[in-house]
Amino acid sequence: MSEVTNAKPVHPAAPSLAELFISFVIVSVSGFGGALPWARRMIVEQKHWMTTEEFNEAFALAQFLPGPNVVNFSVVFGSRFGGAAGAAVALAGLMGPPLVIVTVLAMLYAQFGELEILGRILSGITATAAGLLIAVVGKMAVPLFTKRWNWAPAIAILAFAGVAIMRWPLPWVFAVLAPVAVAIAWLKPSATTAKP
Amino acid sequence: MNDNPLVALFGYFALLSLFAVGGANAAIPEMHRIAVEIMHWMNDRQFADSFAIAQLSPGPNVIIVTLIGYHVAGVAGAAVATVAMCGPTCLLAFFAARTWDRFKDAPWRIAIQAGLVPVSLGLIAASAFVLARAADKNIYAGVVTAVTVAVASFTRVNPLWLFAAGGMLGLSGWL
Repeated sequence: MSEVTNAKPVHPAAPSLAELFISFVIVSVSGFGGALPWARRMIVEQKHWMTTEEFNEAFALAQFLPGPNVVNFSVVFGSRFGGAAGAAVALAGLMGPPLVIVTVLAMLYAQFGELEILGRILSGITATAAGLLIAVVGKMAVPLFTKRWNWAPAIAILAFAGVAIMRWPLPWVFAVLAPVAVAIAWLKPSATTAKP
Repeated sequence: MNDNPLVALFGYFALLSLFAVGGANAAIPEMHRIAVEIMHWMNDRQFADSFAIAQLSPGPNVIIVTLIGYHVAGVAGAAVATVAMCGPTCLLAFFAARTWDRFKDAPWRIAIQAGLVPVSLGLIAASAFVLARAADKNIYAGVVTAVTVAVASFTRVNPLWLFAAGGMLGLSGWL
């Protein structure tokens, strides 16, 4: 077993459309607080549909594209194994169950949202959720602020200030900053070669 | 924008999805700006509640647009907002997936990827800021946020426990 896996990444039979759908349903209903860790666990560790490197590359593409990352990833992954139909079933599996669940929650909120007790519970949860997001930002910022790019923190801070402090519309901030950042990365390619 | 809320929902979220580099979380400030400040679809607290419910629900966090859509125009609004937020970028992802791998080592691809990382980090940081400001109406809520930052940064505790603790503290009436 280990000899085989060491020699070459083993790809068991590519998933069928039904398998794709069911797998993404499972990822989506188990993925509290973001579906990414669950998608990785299923695809790389359990089903061995992709190696770690393949997964990282596919996810990097999903991250680079605009829009929700895991949603993009389901399309990239599904299309690789099943073309347009594969993309459609993976997307449907990922979005279907949470859509139903959250619509029911929205109805309950519309009914009971004014209740003081629910408001109090949600205010505690919101304070927690804000903290979790700050922690994620901190983890993402560490590599950016500690090495290689002297310009990257400046771009990040400008993006932050433009959207959070100045309250400028995100499309404007993006339209100005993204080309500048890409141009700098283009002109200073040596700084990016250290990328893992 | 048109008077029909479904048209406005679709237009705003379809546009937003194309600029949301860094995922749904990076788009939170813009959603807040549109839903609360420009369109007055909901107030600050309702927005923060929607985020909390989206975090509590399984599945991708982008599901907050479903909640906003429902708040504006019921089930139809929920469907329209979700399709608008996911549709354009899914089409893009589908076509990009077929060409991207071919240009794996192309300098322009590396430059795009490297340039967008700090932009998306700044956008997500702005989201955290906007949320914390909406959530932390008093010093106790601020403390809950700060403690969560510390615990989530330095331990591997399942976030559901933190949500449970935050919910209990909220229920107790301290926040």
